[in-house]
Amino acid sequence: MFLTYLFRELSNRRRQTVVVAAGIALAIALVIVVSGVAAGVRNAQSSVLQSVYGVGTDITITQAAEPGDGGPGQQFAFGSGDGTTTDDGSTEVAQSTLTAARGTATFDSSALATVQGVDGVSAATATLSLQSSTFSGTLPDFSQGTGGAGTDGATGDGTGTGTPPAPPTGGADGAGGSSFDVDQFSVTGLDPAADAVGPLTSASVVDGRGLAADDAGADVVVLDQTYATGADLAVGDTLAVGGTDLSVVGIVASTSSDAATASDAYVPLDTAQALSGLTDQVSDVYVTAASASDVDALAADLETALPDATVSTQSELASSVSGSLSTASDLVAKLGTWLSVIVLAAAFLIAILFTVSGVGRRTREFGTLKALGWSDGRISRQVAGESLVQGLVGGVVGVAVGLVGLLVVNAVAPTLTAAATTAAAGPGAAGAGAAAGAGGGAPTGGGPGQQMVQATTDVVLHAPVTVSVVLLAVGLALVGGLLAGAVGSWRASRLRPAEALRSVA
Amino acid sequence: MTGAGAAAPHPTAASDTTHPTTASGGSSPMYTLTAVTKTYAQKKHTVTALDGVDLEIPAGQMVAIQGPTGGGKSTLLQMLGALDRPTSGTVRLGDADLSTAGDRALAAVRAREIGFVFQGFNLIPTLTAAENVETAFADASTPRAERRSRATEALAAVGLAERADHLPGELSGGQQQRVAIARALVGQPTVLLADEPTGSLDEATRDEIMDLLESVWRERGLTLVIVTHDSAVARRAQRRLRIAGGTVSELQPAA
Repeated sequence: MFLTYLFRELSNRRRQTVVVAAGIALAIALVIVVSGVAAGVRNAQSSVLQSVYGVGTDITITQAAEPGDGGPGQQFAFGSGDGTTTDDGSTEVAQSTLTAARGTATFDSSALATVQGVDGVSAATATLSLQSSTFSGTLPDFSQGTGGAGTDGATGDGTGTGTPPAPPTGGADGAGGSSFDVDQFSVTGLDPAADAVGPLTSASVVDGRGLAADDAGADVVVLDQTYATGADLAVGDTLAVGGTDLSVVGIVASTSSDAATASDAYVPLDTAQALSGLTDQVSDVYVTAASASDVDALAADLETALPDATVSTQSELASSVSGSLSTASDLVAKLGTWLSVIVLAAAFLIAILFTVSGVGRRTREFGTLKALGWSDGRISRQVAGESLVQGLVGGVVGVAVGLVGLLVVNAVAPTLTAAATTAAAGPGAAGAGAAAGAGGGAPTGGGPGQQMVQATTDVVLHAPVTVSVVLLAVGLALVGGLLAGAVGSWRASRLRPAEALRSVA
Repeated sequence: MTGAGAAAPHPTAASDTTHPTTASGGSSPMYTLTAVTKTYAQKKHTVTALDGVDLEIPAGQMVAIQGPTGGGKSTLLQMLGALDRPTSGTVRLGDADLSTAGDRALAAVRAREIGFVFQGFNLIPTLTAAENVETAFADASTPRAERRSRATEALAAVGLAERADHLPGELSGGQQQRVAIARALVGQPTVLLADEPTGSLDEATRDEIMDLLESVWRERGLTLVIVTHDSAVARRAQRRLRIAGGTVSELQPAA
């Protein structure tokens, strides 16, 4: 009787059933889409962070850079005897530096041992973020000699504007011009034996090999695929880093979507320290916590152990992600969540109001049933059962609509741009050119590379569907049905049979 | 008591010598109402619907209650039907005191002892005739097969066996009232309370329904109480009461 009555009521009062179920379905669909997109955005953020910090990194330790000391910054200094004079009197100069990446402070590598000694640390590795800058160029003959042919190979387009009577000759264009190239790329020194944590854990070898434990101290380098392509380098080539030619032994690419890896070049830590002159210095320590739930506590312990260091957890790092991904994240967190809550509340309210109104319309029916001896409990169960089934129907339809919505999101696959501000130099800073007119004097540094360095990544948004979200949605629909049923059945049980029948009269 | 409007009981009932003696008013009382008062608060006023009613209805009697609108007919029927409790006084159905029983106990009394027939039929529009009859099994634990077979029997008893699967909207007024009577009888009650059972029917159908009610009263030895405005209906009862201003008087005492 219960089920017969229930389904007859729902099918014969179709309009009410459809309105209530549709309201709940809409809310549930929205919850699923918002949850899916939110999960997608979280995954995208995680993907961006992994490309920078590696898989499994819970905490990073850096040290804040000291405020500027007023010095001239990075300089390429050439003495009077530097450079090679060619036959036409031009002087070719070149200098390569390898310094700590801008904005990065280095600290003693003993910090790694300190970190490893803290309880709750599962794995830790130290890296050294460096920036390689190479300056090369051609200067004209400033002496009163005769000009020769221009120097080939320079790419500048400087024009001679020097003032007679003693115009320089030679140079990049053979008429007294100059041409300079500044090439910059990021270099990360890392422990070649550490494979549990660190920036390369999110990278895979696409050519050659990765760094191995026996590479320690060797003049080898592994390149990011994006950088290698741009610089036209392949396995077997050499790359000058800090004035030393390193042999390219492998090319790596990020395993997460389209993200580039954290650095352009990876060298063994001790090699990096030797080339940069930063002996026993590191710039970052990557830490994996033994328990994911103890990350915050571990971070506090690490701050105690290393009072001068900046300890950042992954969740703090997530806030450093900017770009349209960040906008999407904000949008989902604020608009999406609130929209879901509002629509859910509205749907519940509609369900409750319709149920209460339905009970009101059925006063005679319930009065009659009470006159026949039905208990309040049986009538309440009947009303609650109807509401619950309405909620369930709404939930099932809502899940279906929500899944279709997620399919559409995934089919459209919007691309989000993310920029994670990092201490390490990002890829793609190579090949900045500069040219100066004749008589411009000797360059003394101040080249490019002063910009804030970021790892900019395009991430395709994929909104995942999880069983837990589907269960949550169905659960919410049932809660909506139960709420409506509870209010409706309370109203029905409060009807006194005599009053119910009197109201008919 | 007043003799105004008094008429001879319906010839069938009055002349029925085979009818059980309980229907003649000489048996133990089915209902005993003592000083029953019922008041309602209505805005700032208190309305007295029943005013110290003393009434005894023997088991098996067919009683008609008449009176003007607002005189207390429906309230009296609610007291008899265990739908409400008096403000003061006692209402007894057999040995049960309905004036002090709790809601649950009253619901059990209604389910076990009382059948209702309403003026507007009060069938559930979404259920078939048979399913409507089945709703009288207030105890949800009655097996489905038993419910169905007894509902079918009850419908057959009112001549609607072939309409068991019809919805109320597919039945005429008279047929709907027959379904309602089947629903009232399927639980084999001892009392049948009918509130204007022919009020929504034309004359011919009215007579059909009254014939049916009278026959089941006769066959089952029920106590039948009919509230009606219709004197033609009231005249078929053994005993006629008039209620006005909350007080009851005998129009036609039982023979």
